Amino acid sequence: MLKSWVLISIALFCAGTAVAEEEGGIALQPSGADIKNTESLQRGARNFMNYCSGCHSLKYLRYNRLAADLGIPVAELAGNLMFTSDKPFDTINSAMPKDSEGWFGKQPPDLSLIARARGVDYLYSYMKGFYVDKTRPWGVNNLYLPSAAMPDVLVELHGLQKPVFKNEPDDRGSARMVLVGVDAMTPGALKPEEYDQFVRDIANFLDYAGEPVKEKRQSMGVFVTLFLLVFFVFVYLLKKEYWKDVH
Amino acid sequence: MAAAPESADSSKGGGLIGWIDQRFPLTKMWKEQVAEYYAPKNFNFWYYFGSLALLILVNQLVTGIFLTMNYKPSSAEAFSSVEYIMRDVDWGWLIRYMHSTGASAFFIVVYLHMFRALLYGSHRKPRELIWIFGCLIFLLLMAEGFMGYVLPWGNMSYWGAQVIVSLFGSLPYIGGALVEWIRGDYYIADATLNRVFALHVAALPLALVFLVIAHLMALHEVGSNNPDGIEIHDHKDAKGHPLDGIPFHPYYTVKDMVGVAGFLLLFCGVIFFAPTFGGLFLESPNFEPANALQTPPHIAPVWYFTPFYAMLRAVPSFAGTQVWGVLVMGASIAVLFFVPWLDHSPVRSIRYRGPIYKVMLTIFVLSFVSLGICGLKPPSGIYPTLAKVATILYFAFFLLMPWYTKLDSVKPVPERVTGHA
Repeated sequence: MLKSWVLISIALFCAGTAVAEEEGGIALQPSGADIKNTESLQRGARNFMNYCSGCHSLKYLRYNRLAADLGIPVAELAGNLMFTSDKPFDTINSAMPKDSEGWFGKQPPDLSLIARARGVDYLYSYMKGFYVDKTRPWGVNNLYLPSAAMPDVLVELHGLQKPVFKNEPDDRGSARMVLVGVDAMTPGALKPEEYDQFVRDIANFLDYAGEPVKEKRQSMGVFVTLFLLVFFVFVYLLKKEYWKDVH
Repeated sequence: MAAAPESADSSKGGGLIGWIDQRFPLTKMWKEQVAEYYAPKNFNFWYYFGSLALLILVNQLVTGIFLTMNYKPSSAEAFSSVEYIMRDVDWGWLIRYMHSTGASAFFIVVYLHMFRALLYGSHRKPRELIWIFGCLIFLLLMAEGFMGYVLPWGNMSYWGAQVIVSLFGSLPYIGGALVEWIRGDYYIADATLNRVFALHVAALPLALVFLVIAHLMALHEVGSNNPDGIEIHDHKDAKGHPLDGIPFHPYYTVKDMVGVAGFLLLFCGVIFFAPTFGGLFLESPNFEPANALQTPPHIAPVWYFTPFYAMLRAVPSFAGTQVWGVLVMGASIAVLFFVPWLDHSPVRSIRYRGPIYKVMLTIFVLSFVSLGICGLKPPSGIYPTLAKVATILYFAFFLLMPWYTKLDSVKPVPERVTGHA
């Protein structure tokens, strides 16, 4: 009786979480980012500071926290990564003035929590999803964020990409062109694999920036779990000892 | 059978304890409520969730106090102050995850605790008041959970508050004015956040603690039910202790510690490895600050409200008003209070009930879980129909109970409890 109830509960719970998965839209590309890969995070920080930080802030992340977590000496930090401040305890602000809303149609968003809001795979896909679209103000659109306001700032690295359409008749059978992907038009400064690694590093870095304590949290969790397993054994034996005289 | 503790009167002894006992019933309370509170010896897995709920309550109170020390209840600073806690406050991330995971754990544990009552008839006479206090706790817990969810002032906080508060607007005549009064402004704003904070950290926790005390006092007055649904006080030994009872301390204190250890393994697993729990415990849109101009593509409440949210959406508007959905949602909670009087079965425990109750309870669980899934999903595809069917089944379980519990066959109930885990 009890067992069947427990089984039912577990089955229902699994069904519930399975249904909770996200659906719709063009499938994201798996980023393969790894928060434990410090070198990737360091490269990501460099890439971010050089290509993104002009417009995008990381207003909840401090330079010295970044340096400590990523193993970057503070001296190196000041020379190579700090472009908007000379105080290591400052948060990472962008160079955009407050009244720059008109520049791109909207203020470039702060990216401190973008990885938590959208996911690492989204960021990776987004940076690979730009295609030529003459109807847009900057001549580019994005596969994963239709009508994106952002220009393709990484175009020199990956080259121009063209949209790929597929003919998918709609419910009534009329012809309809559906955007399904992007394809290379012109070569960029980086080879495709190099570019993938380049944006993977940025996505990985933004994942770190979203929750700087993430890696520490997970490694600490292993010890907490081990402790609790031992604790469980002890209290279980204690319970058995006490309950010996209950018949 | 356990040896009964010494009943010699040591309560007015010497030393510090004696000094206190002459002025305050310390030893007396300890004995009555813990050391000589006789609980049935056959509690099973389902009986862990009461003590676990108490543990989580303490967790929420303690972590909540520390969060309050660093949180700023203002629409301009709330979101940033939460990130400040996550990044700059020593161990702030752990305190916050303990609190946010604790909220979800609270509901899991309370749902299982309530389900236990439906399994073994723990709400039946003479335990109706325990059940009613429990329902009030559940109601307040929902209010507390909702208000806590508003505090981080993320975009889902904002729009969730917008949806829930505007429910009151569907009430005829007073709706508009009522909503304005609740918000304290013409939209969800700083004034709303401030009052939500006041209720979340002072009023509701205080009421919750009082209700939990009342819940436990009522329980200790009549004694615990058990998986056999029979009274252990009908059979006593020469000293007047129930033959099938054992003192809560040390037997159930050590046993509940096993439950605590098992619970903490799961709880810490979530805290350290999956604090957002795939977007169910902390929703992704809530990592973007509240934005009155940008509605999230899909507004879903946190998972523990989704069954009720699904019922709200399942009811179509009628006679030009949406109020029916709100009334159905209110009724889905209100009906819980009447369960002790709806259940007409001659036996308490599912062990001695017939197949009808077992089938109905299974249908109820399935409908509740289906509603939970429907509430997470956008109202398209099969979900609206599923939600309608599940809403009807949810109410059928309660409203038909007087008849099917009477019709149902029963098995003979034993005189004494059967075994122990």
